[in-house]
Amino acid sequence: MNRDLFRKVGSARLFVGAAVALGFLAAGATVAQMILLARVVDRVFLGGADLAGVRDLLLLFLAAAGLRAAFIWAREVVAQRGAVRVKSELRSRLLAHVLRLGPAYARGERTGELTTTATEGVEKLEPYFARYLPQMALSALVPVLVLVYVFPLDWSSGALLLVTAPVIPIMMILVGGYAEEHMQRQWTAISRMGAHFLDSLQGLPTLKAFGRAAEEGERVAAVSEEFRRRTMKVLKFAFLSGLVLEFMTAVAIALIAVTLGVRLISGSVAFEEAFLVLLLAPEFYRPLRELGVHRHAGMEGKAAAERIVQILDTPSPASGTARSPSPSGNALAVELSDVGYTYPGSQAPALSGLSLALPAGTRTALVGRSGSGKSTLVNLLLRFLDPDEGSITADGVPVAELPVEAWREHVALVPQRPHLFYGSVLENVWMARPEASRAEVERASKRAGCEAFVRRLPAGYETQIGERGLRLSGGEAQRIAIARAFLKDAPLLVLDEPTSSLDPESEEIFKDALDELSEGRTVLVVAHRLNTVYSADRIAVLEDGRLAEAGTHAELKNRGGPYARLVGAYGGTGGATA
Amino acid sequence: MRTYLRLLGFLAPYRYRVALAVFLGVATVVSNVGLLSTAAYVISAAAIVPFISLLAVPVFLVRLFSISRSFGRYFERLVSHDATFRLLGRVRTWFYDRLEPLAPGRLLTYRSGDLLSRISRDVEELENVYVRVTGPVVVAAVAAGLVFGVFYRFFSPLLAFTTLGLLLAVGAGVPALVNSLARGLGRRELELRAELNAQVVDGVQGVQDLLAFGREEDRRERVEILGRKLARVQGRMALISGLHNALSDLLMNLAVVAALVITIPLVAAGEVRGVFLAFVALVVLGSFEAVQPLGNAFQFLGRSLAAGERLFEVADAEPDVTDPEEPRPVPESPTLEFDRVGFRYEPGEPPALKDVSLTLEPGGRVAVVGPSGSGKSTLANLALRFRYPEKGEVRLGGRNLPEYAQDGVRAAVGIVSQDTHVFNATLRENLLLANPEAGEDELRGALDRAQLSELVARLPRGLDTYLGEQGLRISGGERQRVAIARALLKDAPVLILDEPTANLDPVTEKEVLNAVRELMRDRSTLLITHRLVGMEGMDEILVLDNGRVVERGTHEQLQAAGGLYARMLTVQNQMLAET
Repeated sequence: MNRDLFRKVGSARLFVGAAVALGFLAAGATVAQMILLARVVDRVFLGGADLAGVRDLLLLFLAAAGLRAAFIWAREVVAQRGAVRVKSELRSRLLAHVLRLGPAYARGERTGELTTTATEGVEKLEPYFARYLPQMALSALVPVLVLVYVFPLDWSSGALLLVTAPVIPIMMILVGGYAEEHMQRQWTAISRMGAHFLDSLQGLPTLKAFGRAAEEGERVAAVSEEFRRRTMKVLKFAFLSGLVLEFMTAVAIALIAVTLGVRLISGSVAFEEAFLVLLLAPEFYRPLRELGVHRHAGMEGKAAAERIVQILDTPSPASGTARSPSPSGNALAVELSDVGYTYPGSQAPALSGLSLALPAGTRTALVGRSGSGKSTLVNLLLRFLDPDEGSITADGVPVAELPVEAWREHVALVPQRPHLFYGSVLENVWMARPEASRAEVERASKRAGCEAFVRRLPAGYETQIGERGLRLSGGEAQRIAIARAFLKDAPLLVLDEPTSSLDPESEEIFKDALDELSEGRTVLVVAHRLNTVYSADRIAVLEDGRLAEAGTHAELKNRGGPYARLVGAYGGTGGATA
Repeated sequence: MRTYLRLLGFLAPYRYRVALAVFLGVATVVSNVGLLSTAAYVISAAAIVPFISLLAVPVFLVRLFSISRSFGRYFERLVSHDATFRLLGRVRTWFYDRLEPLAPGRLLTYRSGDLLSRISRDVEELENVYVRVTGPVVVAAVAAGLVFGVFYRFFSPLLAFTTLGLLLAVGAGVPALVNSLARGLGRRELELRAELNAQVVDGVQGVQDLLAFGREEDRRERVEILGRKLARVQGRMALISGLHNALSDLLMNLAVVAALVITIPLVAAGEVRGVFLAFVALVVLGSFEAVQPLGNAFQFLGRSLAAGERLFEVADAEPDVTDPEEPRPVPESPTLEFDRVGFRYEPGEPPALKDVSLTLEPGGRVAVVGPSGSGKSTLANLALRFRYPEKGEVRLGGRNLPEYAQDGVRAAVGIVSQDTHVFNATLRENLLLANPEAGEDELRGALDRAQLSELVARLPRGLDTYLGEQGLRISGGERQRVAIARALLKDAPVLILDEPTANLDPVTEKEVLNAVRELMRDRSTLLITHRLVGMEGMDEILVLDNGRVVERGTHEQLQAAGGLYARMLTVQNQMLAET
């Protein structure tokens, strides 16, 4: 896992390595301090020296302390900066990769999860890289350093440390493992209760409408109490691994102290050596204790890292290969032949054996029930997906051979729910062609019928819209999307008509804008309205991922097939129900 | 400070537990200091005494401390977490009780989804008030006091004051210094991070439009530039946090040197026995472990206070709607009237309703239609007595709504709305909410009439299947039918249908409307909708535009009038089926 991440961010290894080295140097300085301290105490206590007699030793101690402080400082800076670099790097890569994977991947519920991973998940890498990983290496290295000093001084204490060294992690894993298993079993219940409070708050209007709000207050208390009871049960086990660590450490130190005392009396060890061993013993266990402190953050970071690697490893659709001549000219002739696509993990194909020609400069309406494959076809035309079978050509050139970006320059998309980016109205249109002049942007907006509502906005075209700005209605967002298409002025137009916009005024403007936009272009419109279908040159009807029939309105209506049923079902006044 | 004291007030009922946690915390710190310093004393004494048996007491203490340190820590963590969870439970309940009268009127003014999840996160944040802030500070203060006392009484006042001074410097001085150095950077970091996250979220959500217009590189660059800015700020923050660690460590070692410099002449002069020199050094070293966590305590204090302030701000708001002193009983089958009602959500905003009047007789049917954003849903909020009208009156059974208790009005008025909440609970619990006394037969009957029987048969555990975010997700149509089943169980004489089929596809819409028809039988119904379906059966239809009634009449009259209604109808009839 770490190897995967290190491979993705090469410099991370360097920073973690440097942090480990600096941590090790700090530990070395500590050992030096302890040696000096033991000597000072020995000189004064047994040697009868006064302050002047130990002055040099104390100065050396201060120097070691200064060095140690410097190493600690440098370690923190190096580790943090390394982690910051890893975060920036992975954040950019993650975003770039998600953008490459496209809307077919980042759709529906997954959007939320992806954004959480790219924001909070990335932040969680900091404690993981800056603290947990270096500390893991140090908890193996520093004890060795301490042992190297202790063994020559007193082999029996060294042996005791050596024996406890593997026992502690093993005990922690055993107890921790048991606790974790216990926790997993409780976890569903606990997380269900944890979310209960938010659920109650969100449901307050409903509760009040049914006069149940007061009872729910008692339930909040009861659920909180239940939550506490269960969590405490889990914590009793979860804290056990900490107890094991503390207990083993404390008992080992006590044991060393008492054994050393006995051997001092028998004269088999000198005071200075014995005292130094006692000073070093806690240092032997310190890295492990610190690792325990960072363990939780480490686990979280690891989970986040795993998810990030997983996303980065999701194969993205192959981009353009050859630099074949781009199709040019005013309108494109697009042809789909025998196209099929099946979503990963799905049994039935979303599209299969679909052959459809969009002659240059014509308008084709695509109709069909939801789930019949209309949006898959749109995704294929924009190369958000590449077909499993068959091919799509534009003016005879297979589009799969073009670089993706080059192909998309020839297509304008008006989606059903266009996204408004955080920025001004003007910027939102401008993004369609950044090199356009302001006058062109305003003209495109005017042609799309944006004028009427922009005039009502507090700052006109400069009004900030999007997530953190003013919210526009669905119809208004649609018109911004149309303005984008006007500005882009691409030969192929793909349009997903809105299903519900019942404001008659905007409906009118929308229709006029579309007629103008379609002029002289090849158009594919996913149609939900009769008017749109009437004005199309040709209608293609999709059913279960296949082309059921195609032709003009008159032809299809008389044929009495799927199209006739679609048109007929809704005719009249919408059916009496009440 | 006031916020902090108010937060501490929530701990009052648990003062004995808190005292126990503090005692255990102090015991742990004392054991930690005691273990090493007594061990140092044992070794020093062993160098000069002839028999180990003379050291029986210190040896016993070493063993005792080794055990009390580990178990003290374990139980301290348990007790303090227990107290914290009790505290959280109390805060949740208190907060819920405060919020309940505010909902939904007051809450509508915030972006509610955002607000609610922030509230529940803020409550969790208060966890740190004791475990990470109050506890460590109190324990460190007591431990520092003990060390001071021992040094003052048995060694030298100078030693006592020097050590205390350096403990204070590490525990309070360094964090304060670091805080003041990092203040500007911290704010800048928060701003940049918020901006960066917004750009990432915007990019992921808008991926389709970015790709379609070939703008993905721009977005990536923008995020990268922001990321670099953030990295620079965070790099500078690292300098400061490194300073914190280094300074604390350096001061601790200075304290050891100072202690030696003070004590060595005393030893040389025979005022302190040499055997205690190592003891003094290790007491100093050990005592600094108690003040190390205080650096974090400052940060957690800041976060907890911010969370607390946000909670208090919401909780201290005055409810819009209150019950009268002597509420009147609501009549059996009342008439619902709106009399020249005007309403705006915020002062200064354009009105959501202007001069709207309508009468819904017992058994009558009135529809309010209009484009989205025309103010229709406000009517439902007013009828349920969630808000007061700014002008005019809403009357039930001839009396102004404020003359009734809120619950009385809500018992008489049932609602099926577009944002029906399905709780993370079983389907049964979700239904019983409407009528806790309903028996099995009634439940089955309501499910049947709401056309949910099929769903129940499909569910793995029938009525006892968990629904909602952590349970089974149900579709929009099913959610609406749950709302209909609730309304059937509640059996209120007046029914409000607020966009019962919004966001449903036409097939599902038809199914839901069939269930609604079942619900409307023998009830007066106010149907609020932008879909002109089933309008022929209405006694009166009001067409609302920008909060005003622009047309009213029956379906036939309005169709013939050729106004907004007729145009809406034309647009609707244009729709292709099942797309």
